[in-house]
Amino acid sequence: MSEEVKNIIVGENEEYKINMGPQHPSTHGVLRFEVTLKGETVDELKAHCGYIHRGIEKMCEKDTYQQIIHLTDRMDYLSAHHNNEAVCLCVENALEVEVPERVKVIRTILDELGRIASHQLWWSAFGMDLGGLTSFFYGLRDREKILDIFEESFGSRLLHSYNTPGGLMNDIHPNFQKRIKEFIPYFRKKLPEYDDLLTNNVIFRNRTEGIGTMSKEEAINWGVTGPSGRGSGFACDVRKIAPYSAYDRVNFNEILYNEGDTFARYKVRMDEFHESLSILEQLVDNIPEGDFTAKMKPVIKLPEGEYYQRVETARGELGVFIISDGQKTPYRMKFRSPNFSNLFVIKELAKGLKIADLVAISGSLDLVIPDIDR
Amino acid sequence: MSMNIYDMSTITSAIDTSLKANLSPFWAITTELVLVGLVVLTFYAILGLFLVYAERKVCAVMQNRLGPDRVGPKGIFQTIADLIKLITKELINIKNADNFLFNVAPFIVVIATFMAIAAIPFAKGLQAVDFNIGVFYVIAVSSLGVVGILIAGWSSNSKYSLIGAMRSGAQVISYELSVGLSLLSVVIFSGTMQLSTIVESQADGWWLFKGHIPVLISFVIFLIASTAETNRGPFDLAEAESELTAGFHTEYSGIKFAFFFLAEYINMFIVAAMATTVFLGGWMPFHIFGFTAFNHIMDYIPPIVWFFGKAGLMVFVIMWFKWTFPRLRIDQLLTLEWKYLLPINLINTLFIAFIVLMGWYFK
Repeated sequence: MSEEVKNIIVGENEEYKINMGPQHPSTHGVLRFEVTLKGETVDELKAHCGYIHRGIEKMCEKDTYQQIIHLTDRMDYLSAHHNNEAVCLCVENALEVEVPERVKVIRTILDELGRIASHQLWWSAFGMDLGGLTSFFYGLRDREKILDIFEESFGSRLLHSYNTPGGLMNDIHPNFQKRIKEFIPYFRKKLPEYDDLLTNNVIFRNRTEGIGTMSKEEAINWGVTGPSGRGSGFACDVRKIAPYSAYDRVNFNEILYNEGDTFARYKVRMDEFHESLSILEQLVDNIPEGDFTAKMKPVIKLPEGEYYQRVETARGELGVFIISDGQKTPYRMKFRSPNFSNLFVIKELAKGLKIADLVAISGSLDLVIPDIDR
Repeated sequence: MSMNIYDMSTITSAIDTSLKANLSPFWAITTELVLVGLVVLTFYAILGLFLVYAERKVCAVMQNRLGPDRVGPKGIFQTIADLIKLITKELINIKNADNFLFNVAPFIVVIATFMAIAAIPFAKGLQAVDFNIGVFYVIAVSSLGVVGILIAGWSSNSKYSLIGAMRSGAQVISYELSVGLSLLSVVIFSGTMQLSTIVESQADGWWLFKGHIPVLISFVIFLIASTAETNRGPFDLAEAESELTAGFHTEYSGIKFAFFFLAEYINMFIVAAMATTVFLGGWMPFHIFGFTAFNHIMDYIPPIVWFFGKAGLMVFVIMWFKWTFPRLRIDQLLTLEWKYLLPINLINTLFIAFIVLMGWYFK
């Protein structure tokens, strides 16, 4: 072994740095963790983002409001519908347009379907992060059913662009309700399988319980929202705080766990499956008749001013901020993306833990990298 | 005994006598060595291909998939296609790697498994070498493989590889103790380390049944510890795909990677074969005491079928582990061994010695 090699591997104080990412199986995308290790223990962690920065906010300044919808799909691609809805709601509120009831209900149903699909993918990938490869196929098997519903109604499975300011692109497919009514009992029956495979597994419990504990204060200080924040007892569900679409007329519980560890974050999402299914059940038979869009002008010009709208995506609070100078394109557009805020708490959580725990924690925060960089 | 119709030693000794009659002693021995080497090598290659295919199909079943189904009927030639791909792939030279060690590591791993397979009795008389210390030999030789893994991790000049190798070192050295001790339980019962004699001693009952509770405990510990020793899931920390990309073989490509891959599967088979030989009666058929007719029918199934049937079952169980459980963390892995398995095993061994002294087992 040459001297040169020795120097690369072991630095002073027996610390060494490894780069997890931008190409690494556990980062689920082009994120880079610069990890300083002592043996296998994480001593310091720096998260570097920007590898998939596409300048979406800047691109929005050149596009009309209808065109912006298509860009928002590409941020958090697993919450595509939520992203679309956020921009639409913001524009509709600015124009003071009242969208038909039918649109509100359909949007809420899609919100919850999207949430389930997103959590299913997260569950699949989380099992894989912890080394259990089978969960990936279980999760994707059930997610396929939801994607089929999407495909039938909007012609696309992942990036819908189904919303438009004022309503929806087109009406739902005649099979839409039937398919959802088939899906609810199907998935209820499959959920115990999820518990058998991971939740009740002793290795899984040992890997997640008490690992990466985030206190409520930390969650608030770092702005961690969504299921990750609710796992620490931070009541941050926008659906409850500031109801939009049809959330003011459905009954559901905000899932809160106070432990704040990786397992609590896991449990929040597992329980949200049940809540989302119950919301779907309440709404699927109650889609009012009517138009699928409000009457809008072909060219939308927002009145001068600043507008803000927030929605709850599958990962947390998404805020849309528009400054308009009265033109058909926004003067400035800013997204408060949930993943960007959820990411950086990881350096507090992973400190002093093993490298395998870092993977578990980053999995439990459910990061989608294109949403971080935008 | 009706077993004699399947006695492979008649064939092997016939070859032996005919060779010795026609050739000088030196050439007779040399021919035999070459023959045995060729047979073992062929078996090794076929076994490797079969196990890779079997794992793909087993994991496909566990994951609601079909598995390979395009190359040949039911995809049976998929592994051969993969082999051709791996052979023709470029071998990448790593900058600043220790080239000699880097190239030698895969061979150490493969040779270790190759040596272990020589001592396994597949059927009566079908065993390359019948050592009088067979159990000891297999334990010693199969743990040589970790040297190759350590060298691979160290020489490839990659931190991920190094972490993987160090994990593997800690893991294999720890779990070797449990593997050895759990095999020792049957050695105490049968009073021999010779694998063929251990198999013979199970003619009217496998040790798993004859040795009742204490052997059951050692059997379970053997299953856990040997899965860990072969670096397979849920103990695949040395590879730990989601943490270390591919662990100790991150930097290997082409056929050198294939060697590690092959060795992993052969190791799995060796572990299954040892469990079969020591606990499940090796190539002995399943007998129930008193049921003479049933026992006779069982005798008509060839021993080689019995052996591969049992070994195949064990391989399936080990694959089942991998495709069901998440991976342990390194400190949990070591805790499991040093705080649970080893103390239980030590007390169990003491208990077995006592039982053997008192004669409290089915003879």
